[in-house]
Amino acid sequence: MALSLREYRARIKSTESMKKITRAMELIAASRIIKAQQRAQSAAPYARELTRAVSAVATYSNVKHPLTTEPADPKRAAVLIVTSDRGLAGAYSSSVLKESEQLFEKLRSEGKEIDSYLTGRKAEAYYKFRGRKVMKSWTGFSDQPTYDAAHDIGEELIAAFVKEQGEDGAVDEVHVIYTRFRSMLVQEPVTIRLLPLEIVEGEKAPEPDQLLPLYEFEPSAEEVLDGLLPKYVQSRIYFALLQAAASELAARQKAMKSATDNADELIKKYRRIANQARQAGITQEISEIVGGVNALADANAGSE
Amino acid sequence: MSDSVLQVELVAADRLVWSGQAKMVIARTVEGDIGILPNHSPVLGLMVDGVVDVQTTDGETWVAVVDAGIFSVAGNRVSILSEHVEMSHEIDLEKARRILEKAKENGITDNGAAHEIRRAEARIRAVEKAK
Repeated sequence: MALSLREYRARIKSTESMKKITRAMELIAASRIIKAQQRAQSAAPYARELTRAVSAVATYSNVKHPLTTEPADPKRAAVLIVTSDRGLAGAYSSSVLKESEQLFEKLRSEGKEIDSYLTGRKAEAYYKFRGRKVMKSWTGFSDQPTYDAAHDIGEELIAAFVKEQGEDGAVDEVHVIYTRFRSMLVQEPVTIRLLPLEIVEGEKAPEPDQLLPLYEFEPSAEEVLDGLLPKYVQSRIYFALLQAAASELAARQKAMKSATDNADELIKKYRRIANQARQAGITQEISEIVGGVNALADANAGSE
Repeated sequence: MSDSVLQVELVAADRLVWSGQAKMVIARTVEGDIGILPNHSPVLGLMVDGVVDVQTTDGETWVAVVDAGIFSVAGNRVSILSEHVEMSHEIDLEKARRILEKAKENGITDNGAAHEIRRAEARIRAVEKAK
């Protein structure tokens, strides 16, 4: 027995309190997932209506917009990486960062330079440690993103996109990497190209007996599109942030659950060793007593 | 499709604020107020910060404050999309007045301040209109 009984007891105690903490974090994450999912659900009507409006304009007018036109010769790409602010969420942030490295390699092989935009302190720390350049980063909202945050990010990215080639900070395409929430158990990092906007999921073709709604535009199709597309971009970013938040919480819950389970295992193991140590101590004491009694009896027998 | 009512949805970026049936909707576009009655032809318009007025089929009036956004009308469905939407009964009039005064004291320094004043004014207008 390498350690004394007392030391094992201390270890059991500290593991137990660790388990309490991870258990609490697991429960907190679990309850927040529900909220995050509700938030994602309540954001859905806006995204749906916006998509409908965008496809209406795209379908019923032939307007070209800077945000939808592909630059002839893309040279720079902006990448927005969505990670968490806090750790203890398993491989959540690192798998997003891994995905980003793959995308970088692909973009570089296409001869494009990369500007990085980050959200979440984990990505910031990753870039700082490696001394890489960051165009801009946003932190402090990873587990409950607000629309205003998405708005800011959207504005920044759109501003970079509409700059003329050659200007400082101008990019020709914008990618977003975030973690998609597929279920409580499965979250996967995905890459989407945000800008230039790809053909919007078209409205369903009207039934033959239905008339096409011929939209009037107030004030004009160009201006409506001008107002609509940035909002569409922002809503896509908001969607990505919400998905990322739900994924982060699910990853944290999973990580904390396995931490709790591991603590349980550890406690079991320590308890077993401690019991052995205790038993060994008792056995030793008994044998010492018995030995002492025997020695005394022998001595007495000799003197009589 | 019913012919005489509008199905209205007031949608903010993070929630569905109100939905229901209405007789008339008034919104403020970049070119001025527009009133939508049932069977209006399809329109897609840009709204400016302001007040949206919804008269329901029960004769009630709902007033909401919206940020710049979009409204679309198609087949008696009206959707009003804005990043922030507040219903008049959610607004704290005193607070709106305080914000307006404070913003006016500071003066219009940039776009943000002007926006704040417009919002506060719209809020007060909405509450007064709803009375």
